[in-house]
Amino acid sequence: MLTILFDGIAYGMLLFVLACGLSVTLGVMNFVNLAHGAFAMAGGYITLVLVNRAGVPFFAGLPIAFVATAIIGAVFERTLYVHVYNGTPLDQVLFTIGLVFMSVAAVDYVMGSQQVFIQIPSVLQGRFELFGIGIGRYRLLIIIVCGVLAVALQLILSGTRFGSRLRASVDDARVARGLGIDVNRVFALTFAVGSGLAGLGGALGAEILGLDPTFPLKYMVYFLIVVTVGGTSSITGPFLASLLIGIADVAGKYYVPKFGAFVIYTIMIVLLILRPQGLFARASSR
Amino acid sequence: MEYAFWVAAFTSIFAFGGWLAELSSFFSNRHLILTEIAWLGLFALSLDLILGYAGIISLGHAAFFGLGSYAAALFAKHAIINEPVLALIVSGCIAALLGFATSFLVLRGADLTRLMVTLGIALIMREIANQLPDLTGGADGLQGVTIAPVLGMFAFDIFGHVAYVYCLAVLFLLARRIVYSPFGLSLRAVKGNPLRSSLIGMSINSRLIAIYTLAAFYAGVAGALLAQTTAFASLDVFSFERSADLLLVLIIGGAGYLYGGLIGAVIFKLMQDWIANLTPQYWQFWIGLVLVLIVLIGRERIGLWFAMARSLAARALHSSDKSGASLLREQRNELHHASRWNGDIDHRSEARRSGGDH
Repeated sequence: MLTILFDGIAYGMLLFVLACGLSVTLGVMNFVNLAHGAFAMAGGYITLVLVNRAGVPFFAGLPIAFVATAIIGAVFERTLYVHVYNGTPLDQVLFTIGLVFMSVAAVDYVMGSQQVFIQIPSVLQGRFELFGIGIGRYRLLIIIVCGVLAVALQLILSGTRFGSRLRASVDDARVARGLGIDVNRVFALTFAVGSGLAGLGGALGAEILGLDPTFPLKYMVYFLIVVTVGGTSSITGPFLASLLIGIADVAGKYYVPKFGAFVIYTIMIVLLILRPQGLFARASSR
Repeated sequence: MEYAFWVAAFTSIFAFGGWLAELSSFFSNRHLILTEIAWLGLFALSLDLILGYAGIISLGHAAFFGLGSYAAALFAKHAIINEPVLALIVSGCIAALLGFATSFLVLRGADLTRLMVTLGIALIMREIANQLPDLTGGADGLQGVTIAPVLGMFAFDIFGHVAYVYCLAVLFLLARRIVYSPFGLSLRAVKGNPLRSSLIGMSINSRLIAIYTLAAFYAGVAGALLAQTTAFASLDVFSFERSADLLLVLIIGGAGYLYGGLIGAVIFKLMQDWIANLTPQYWQFWIGLVLVLIVLIGRERIGLWFAMARSLAARALHSSDKSGASLLREQRNELHHASRWNGDIDHRSEARRSGGDH
């Protein structure tokens, strides 16, 4: 029981790191980025190549995945996404679906279509018992890394000047521009960091979620659920939503395996019907 | 314009007309592609009803398509309804029921919520089909379906397939009748400005529910067509790729004037056929590239090119004194006046129509 809770929390934390970049894109630019999962996949495959083929240690591979994906994200943002911000929602959906299709086929072409695994160091394999709870070492690592990241993000967002600029931009981009905040630059930076986090999440999650070229399609729904349920106005919303979804999904698959996949979709639809603005959204003036 | 379209369509099917002979022989060699175009065109038409006329973006239209598909396959397999045309209509009605039930969910929330809810419904339908292997065959698909002759007369060969083109024509005319009726016009008003339409006394929700249900019916019929022509139904009918491809089909053809779905289906299938011959495994990449390019170039601009090319051709025929450059300027000004989200699709269809009238 508690083991399931533990696994669920690890899964939820992972979802949070994967999806929090998406919630910012959506919040600041009102941009529906369905291709977010492609960045996660990029991070996963970069780590895979580094660790499995080049022999880079796993713990060094993670930060490299973060930086590399952030750079990829920044390049894409400046060259492609920037043209679509003012587009209609339909344009944005078409554009990002197109990117997803391209990334899926491109990775299939370069890396092959089979599922792959990153070699993790033996320290992280296996599980141990603590107060009767079976704790997987790797999942513990995920919880620690993601927990630290979540706290750091929250501190940056609430404590630094950049954080307050970002919050201002999310709340009302027009007024923020009027106050002299360069919203586009804030956004570009956030997009890069968000992509980097997704890449890190993809690298960390390859062990649990599996890594194959259809990754962006398979998990797109999960990211979107986190964002729509959690809302885009804060970082705690998506965080709690990810935990809720992670635990519900793991528990659902364990207790009612026959209906495992229904649980998550049903939760999503019910929540969206009850709270169309998201579970933790503030009363918004807009 | 409209007549020209139908003349072209029918000549290509029945191999009449001199200069179309090559095209028609191309099609008759690939009559399978013709039936695929029939169901894809109908499917795209059903998306056009909600996207082009009511402004609802759906990422899960495959839910209705798949339900219709499984319904038709099950009717035929268990000999519940043997007559294919009747089975087609009943399958459509079943999909329409689902459409009616889910339309209330779709009404809530704005674009993103709608995307999520439609996507979620399609995924749930897929899971249901996956979890009921006794009924649907699960991941293996539903096999052993035999389809009775159409109307008890035409056996299911190429002539049976041609019967489906009639079916498509009937449904198309019905849709055309509906969108040009007062109901269809009021839908456009709702899409253009919901607040204003409600102020002049329109009931927005009932209109959206009606059109969503109708679109679900069309999608169900399209799915049933697929199941009957292939005598097979699999989980693939619910897939996300199907809904996404459908958006591409409609966008290639242009949303909001009904013909877009049919034209898009023809272009998409020919393109898919061509690309799949070049790179069987990676054709999705090129589909994605087309999507990205369409958005980056801009749907309005592509529509403008088409309209311009047509106008120029018409001008050349009539040897008018107006130069192409001034025409371009004129149409650009027109484009600037059209408001973006509400106007682009409407404007495009206007441009097409006015282009064809010269």
